[in-house]
Amino acid sequence: MSKKLFISGNDAVAEGVRLAKPHVIAAYPITPQTVVVERLAEMVEDKSLASEFLHVESEHSALSACMGSGALGARTFTATSSQGLLYLSECLHYASGGRFPIVMMNANRSLALPWSIYGDHRDSLSQLDCGWIQIYVEDAQESLDMAIQSFAIAEHLSVLTPVMLNLDGFALTHTYELVEIPEQKEVDAWLPPFRTPYAMDFDKPKNMGFSSQPSDNTEFKYQQHRAISDAKEIIKEIDSSFGNTFGRTYGGLVDAYLCGDAEFIIIALGSVAGTCRTVIDELRKEGRKAGLLKIRFMRPFPDEEIITITRNAKAIAVIDKDISFGYEGTVFTNVNSALSRYPNHILKLNFIAGLGGRDIPKESIREIFDKLNDGINNNSVKTVEFLNLNVETDD
Amino acid sequence: MINKNGINARTITDKEFFYGHKACAGCGGSLVVRLALKVLGERTFTVVPAGCMSAVGFIYPQLCFTGNAIISTFAGTASMLSGIAAAAKALGLKDYHVLGIAGDGGTADIGLQALSGAIDRRDKIIYICYDNEAYMNTGIQKSGLTPFGAKTTTTPAGGNIRGTITQKKNLFEIVAAHGIDYAATASIGYTQDFLNKVQKASKVEGTSFIHVFAPCPTGWGTPSDSAIDIAREVVDTGLWYLAEYENDEFILNKNPKEFASVEKYLKQQGRFRHLQEEDIENIIASRDRKWKRMREKWSTNNK
Repeated sequence: MSKKLFISGNDAVAEGVRLAKPHVIAAYPITPQTVVVERLAEMVEDKSLASEFLHVESEHSALSACMGSGALGARTFTATSSQGLLYLSECLHYASGGRFPIVMMNANRSLALPWSIYGDHRDSLSQLDCGWIQIYVEDAQESLDMAIQSFAIAEHLSVLTPVMLNLDGFALTHTYELVEIPEQKEVDAWLPPFRTPYAMDFDKPKNMGFSSQPSDNTEFKYQQHRAISDAKEIIKEIDSSFGNTFGRTYGGLVDAYLCGDAEFIIIALGSVAGTCRTVIDELRKEGRKAGLLKIRFMRPFPDEEIITITRNAKAIAVIDKDISFGYEGTVFTNVNSALSRYPNHILKLNFIAGLGGRDIPKESIREIFDKLNDGINNNSVKTVEFLNLNVETDD
Repeated sequence: MINKNGINARTITDKEFFYGHKACAGCGGSLVVRLALKVLGERTFTVVPAGCMSAVGFIYPQLCFTGNAIISTFAGTASMLSGIAAAAKALGLKDYHVLGIAGDGGTADIGLQALSGAIDRRDKIIYICYDNEAYMNTGIQKSGLTPFGAKTTTTPAGGNIRGTITQKKNLFEIVAAHGIDYAATASIGYTQDFLNKVQKASKVEGTSFIHVFAPCPTGWGTPSDSAIDIAREVVDTGLWYLAEYENDEFILNKNPKEFASVEKYLKQQGRFRHLQEEDIENIIASRDRKWKRMREKWSTNNK
C-alpha cells in the first residue's frame, strides 16, 4: 500500500529520489535546496537508501562528479539553486553535450545582486540554452512524481539528456502538503535499473567527452537537438505510463485548465499556477471565460500545444518570474515565438512578477485578466509590465 | 632506486595505452601519461582535463587512449575522478584504477579546489600532476607553478620586469597538509623513481597524488631530445626534489651531497636565458632555504 505523508516540496523530491535508487548523489548545500540533500544524507545514514553520497566542495564539483558517475552508466542525482546553478553552469553544457542522463533538482531562487534567498525563475531561465530538459512543478505531489519520472525521461535511450527539475524556492520547497508516497516495489517495476550501452566498460573501452572539429561539431549538436525535440513524445508516453501505474497524470508538456472555451488565458510556470486556478474558478462563477495554460516543460518547448490551446482565445498573458533586461520575460519570448507561426494574431501581454520572492496575490491575477479585457477593448495597455511596481514611472 | 620486485625498464609492458597522439616532439607530459598507464594497465579509468593531453590525444575521431578515458572540465579533474570512483564502487566493480592526469595550471590553479575536496573525502583515486611549469596548451602563459624568473607569454622578460616575479607554489606540501594518504614528487628524468611511485600510489587505500616534473621543449626553448636530461638535471641542481609524504611524515628520497650547476641548468633554456647574475643568486638562495628546511625537518631514505 502506498502511504500519505505531510511533507514539504523538498522532502517530496528526496522521497522520489529515494524511490528511484540512484547509485551516486553528489551535492553541495544552498538555501532553499538544503533540505533535499539533508534528507538524502539521512536516508543513506539509516540505510534506507544505498547510494554513494559525495560531499563535494562546490556545485561545479557536484555536477562534474555526476558526469564521472554518468560516464560509468550509474544513476546519478544532484540538487542546487540560484548562485549554485550559475556556479556549475559550465557543467550544464558539458553534461548535456556528453549526454549524461543526470537528474538535478533546482530550487528556483533569485540571483544576486542584490542578494535574495527568495524565489523567482531567473536562475533556471538564464540557463535555458544549456541543453537540459527543464521541468517546472506546481506542488509537492508533482515534485515527487516528477523526481521519479525525471530519471525515466533522462535515461530513455532515445533521450539521454539531463533533466533539471525546478521547484519554486520556499513557495514550493518549504510548503507542507499531503503527499502520496508510492510503494517501492511499484517504483522498482516502473523504473528498472538504468542500463546503457553508452558507458565506460572494460570489454568495450570508450573515450568519452572528446573534442570535435568544425567538420563534426554541427552533427553532434544536431543529434542533441533531435534527442531533446523527440523527447516531447517520450515525455507524454512516460506521463501516461506513470498514470497507469500510480493513478496520476499531469498532461505531459503542458497542463491546460479550463482553456477549451477560454477567451483569456494566463500562461505561467510553477507554483503561481495554483493561485491562477483559484482566481479562474472565481471568474468563471462571474461568467468570465478565463483559463490557465501551465507550461510544465520549458525544454523541450511545447510550441504546438501552446498554439493549439490558445487558438480560440482573444488574448493571452504570460507571467514571467524573470526579466531578460532590456527586452521582456523569457517565457514570453518563447511563447511569442511559437504563436508567431500562427496567423491569427491575438493580443499577447507580458507581466513580470514575483521577482525576488514577492508574493503574487489573487488580486494581481485578477488584474491581469482585467488588463487583457482592456487590451481587446482597444484601451492602451503595455506589452511588458512589471506587476505591482512600487515606484513612479514615466512609461 | 630500481624496484626489483615491481615494474622496471626490463619488466615494463610493451603494450601502449596512449599512442597516435599529436604531442610535440620530446613532450614530457605525454611520457607521463604513457608510463603511468603502463604501470596501471588497461583496467584504468583515465581523466584528463582540457589541456595539452586532451588537445593532442582526444580529437574525434582520433582518440588515443586504448582504455576508458574522458576529458573533464578544466577545473573538474578531481571531481570527475570522484564521481567515477563512487560509481565504480556503487556498481560493484573490482580490480580497477581511477587515474587523473592534469597539468600544473589544471592542478595548482583552477583545479586545486576540486583536488582539495577529493583528498578531504579520501576518494580512492590517483591524481598525477605533470608539471611543465606554465599553461602550455594555450601558448605558454604563467601558471601558479611557473618558477621565479621564467619568461612566459604573460610574463615577458623586458627592461622593467625580468619574467615571472612570483615563486612556484609549494603544491606538494599544500597537498600533504590535507593529511593525504600518499603524496610524492617525481621527475621523468628519474624514471624508475616515478614508476615506483605510481605503483605505490596504485596500492593506496585512499587518495594518492604525484607531482611529476615534465619538461616542455616547445615552451621552454630547449631541443626536442632534451626533456629527460633536463628533468634529471633539475633534481641534481636541487631546483626540484624527489620526496614522499605518508603516515604524516615527509621523506626526502634523494639528498645530493653537492648540487649541479644552477646557472648551466637555467642558461640552456630559452625561458631563463635573460636572467642576470642577481636573479640566479636569488634562485640559488631560495633553493638553499628550501633545502635547509627539508633537511632539518624531513627524514631521508637515500643519501
